[in-house]
Amino acid sequence: MQYRISFPHMGKYYIPIKKAMEAFVGNYGEVILPPPITKRTIELGALHSPDFVCVPFKYTLGNFIEALENGANVLFQIAGDCRLGFYSEVQEQILQDLDFDFTFHMMELNGKNAKGLYEVFKAMNPELTLPKVVSTLAVVVRIVYAMDGIEKYIRQNIGFEVEKGGFERIEKQFLAEIATAETMPQAGRIFKKYLKKLKTVALNKPAKPLRVGVVGELYVLMEPFSNYFIEKELAKFGIEVERFITASYLIFSTQHNVKKILKQADGYVSYEIGADGTDSVAKSVVMAKKGYDGIIHLKPFGCTPEVNSIPMVNKISEDFEIPVLYFSFDAQTSETGVKTRLEAFYDMLEMKKRGRAL
Amino acid sequence: MKKVKIGIPKALLYYKYQVMWRSFFEELGLEVVVSPNTNKAILDLGTNSSIDESCTSAKIYMGHVEWLIGKCDYIFVPRIVSYEGGDITCTKFHGIYDIVRATFPAAKFLHYNVDYAEGHTQEKAYSKLGKELGAKPAAVKLAYENALNALKNYEKGLESRQEALVCAESLKVLVVAHPYNIYDKLIGEPIVKALEELNVGVLYADIPDTIDMCKQSKTLSDSMYWRYNKELVGAIGHYKDDIDGIIFMATFPCGPDSLAIELLMRKLKEIPMTTLIVDSNFGEAGIQTRIESFIDIIEAKKKEAAHAV
Repeated sequence: MQYRISFPHMGKYYIPIKKAMEAFVGNYGEVILPPPITKRTIELGALHSPDFVCVPFKYTLGNFIEALENGANVLFQIAGDCRLGFYSEVQEQILQDLDFDFTFHMMELNGKNAKGLYEVFKAMNPELTLPKVVSTLAVVVRIVYAMDGIEKYIRQNIGFEVEKGGFERIEKQFLAEIATAETMPQAGRIFKKYLKKLKTVALNKPAKPLRVGVVGELYVLMEPFSNYFIEKELAKFGIEVERFITASYLIFSTQHNVKKILKQADGYVSYEIGADGTDSVAKSVVMAKKGYDGIIHLKPFGCTPEVNSIPMVNKISEDFEIPVLYFSFDAQTSETGVKTRLEAFYDMLEMKKRGRAL
Repeated sequence: MKKVKIGIPKALLYYKYQVMWRSFFEELGLEVVVSPNTNKAILDLGTNSSIDESCTSAKIYMGHVEWLIGKCDYIFVPRIVSYEGGDITCTKFHGIYDIVRATFPAAKFLHYNVDYAEGHTQEKAYSKLGKELGAKPAAVKLAYENALNALKNYEKGLESRQEALVCAESLKVLVVAHPYNIYDKLIGEPIVKALEELNVGVLYADIPDTIDMCKQSKTLSDSMYWRYNKELVGAIGHYKDDIDGIIFMATFPCGPDSLAIELLMRKLKEIPMTTLIVDSNFGEAGIQTRIESFIDIIEAKKKEAAHAV
């Protein structure tokens, strides 16, 4: 049997995941990417999902259906601390009820799971060795760091390009090239080359631009389709955007550590409040202390950990006089609504800043 | 000396642990005040002090907490995260202590923290709580043991009463719902009443032995990790040959229930089932109508089956 492997989209991370899975399955299969997310994806997903499940369930179910339609027969979903950990069993059941023929795997989302990956892929590719998995993961981790590093620079500066489109062009070239990296040093060299290139793009950036941080639930933070490309919209206003939550941070970073996060939260929470909710509080404190102009909090509708974080983020907002804008995303969110609220938020930040300058 | 007054919100974990809490506090010489049954005013209080998207059960909890402010010395808001064996609770229970602190900064709270995954056992949690209350370790230990026994006896009593009902001749429906939903005066009782008025025997999924039920849940779901859903799932397996139907009751927009109910509805094809989702604007009349029509269907099905034999 030929294995045709697929997994849900999340931003551009399909690049390293595809690379890893192709290496793991070797000659015994291929990777079938789900088509890019469109309205159809979320409509399909929502149609077959429970009514009030959180929206990442609906998007990823839509991805699975579209991948299966394109011939995929092995699916991967990640595990997590909130409802995410139970996505797999329910999605597998829904897809079976739709009469698709496939096998389904749930993977722990952490950097130390080489053995688990090895066992799953060894069953498909008898030639696979554990060292091969480990060496592939090393390169892939480096690629993820490189992507996150490049994106971070772009987020902070894309709002100030003199000529629009420069960053996007370079990013496209970067992504094409980083996908070909076969060793860690090679990935490192590609990263440095493109960071340098990005730095040559002419900017018209004021000494103290408006700075806004985005916090919230990981999927809607990292899958731009699900947040209506909010970071791009912010850039259009000439805002420097900061975001701490990236794949490299969540999966590999030593900074992603309960003790450190609770310390950053500085008493606004005394315990973990579920999944990334604790971090939303912690990073809001960090940015408030650093004098950011505003915080945008994103979550899927009904996301319990992030709903938990809101009373504390409200308190931070009051204590530090930092405005916070909240968004809840679902399959039915109106794009116009998002844009209008962003515009009003920007106007408010602008006025506040000007008031301070006078 | 005036006794210290501990306020206990009559919501969420109250329905699981109140017997134990009351016994523990009273044995240590404290006075316990419990907030009244949920009513519209309490729900409104809670709705106003909660984030919109909180589940109705948590909104009710917030209403009870607010009701207790000024009526006691400390409001008791325990935090339970994980149990022996690795099962966890819904993240609402992870955050509730910090949520009430942030929402009512002027109120004084008392809590314990049970998180087996981090080494915080129930026994340790109570011993720390007792110490905080200024009691001697030996007295705390005894109060804990007595409280634990009181809870066990209470649970056994409920279990044997329910077992007796299993043998009844009447139509029987298993209500699959978190105790804090189905035993709540405002949102749960109307459902039970409607069933009893139709002479339907009501079995509760939270009553059979928790540990047994968690084991039994594996036959219906192998990856379920929420303790409070697992025990309900296990009860379905436990009672499935004795019941005529299942009513799933959940509050909007409960995270674990949103997925658990979907999975169970897809897996259990042979038992008649219905789902009642309750939010802050629910109407009793609507619930009654839905229950009546559900019972009609079960009865018709039962007659059909009798004819076939």
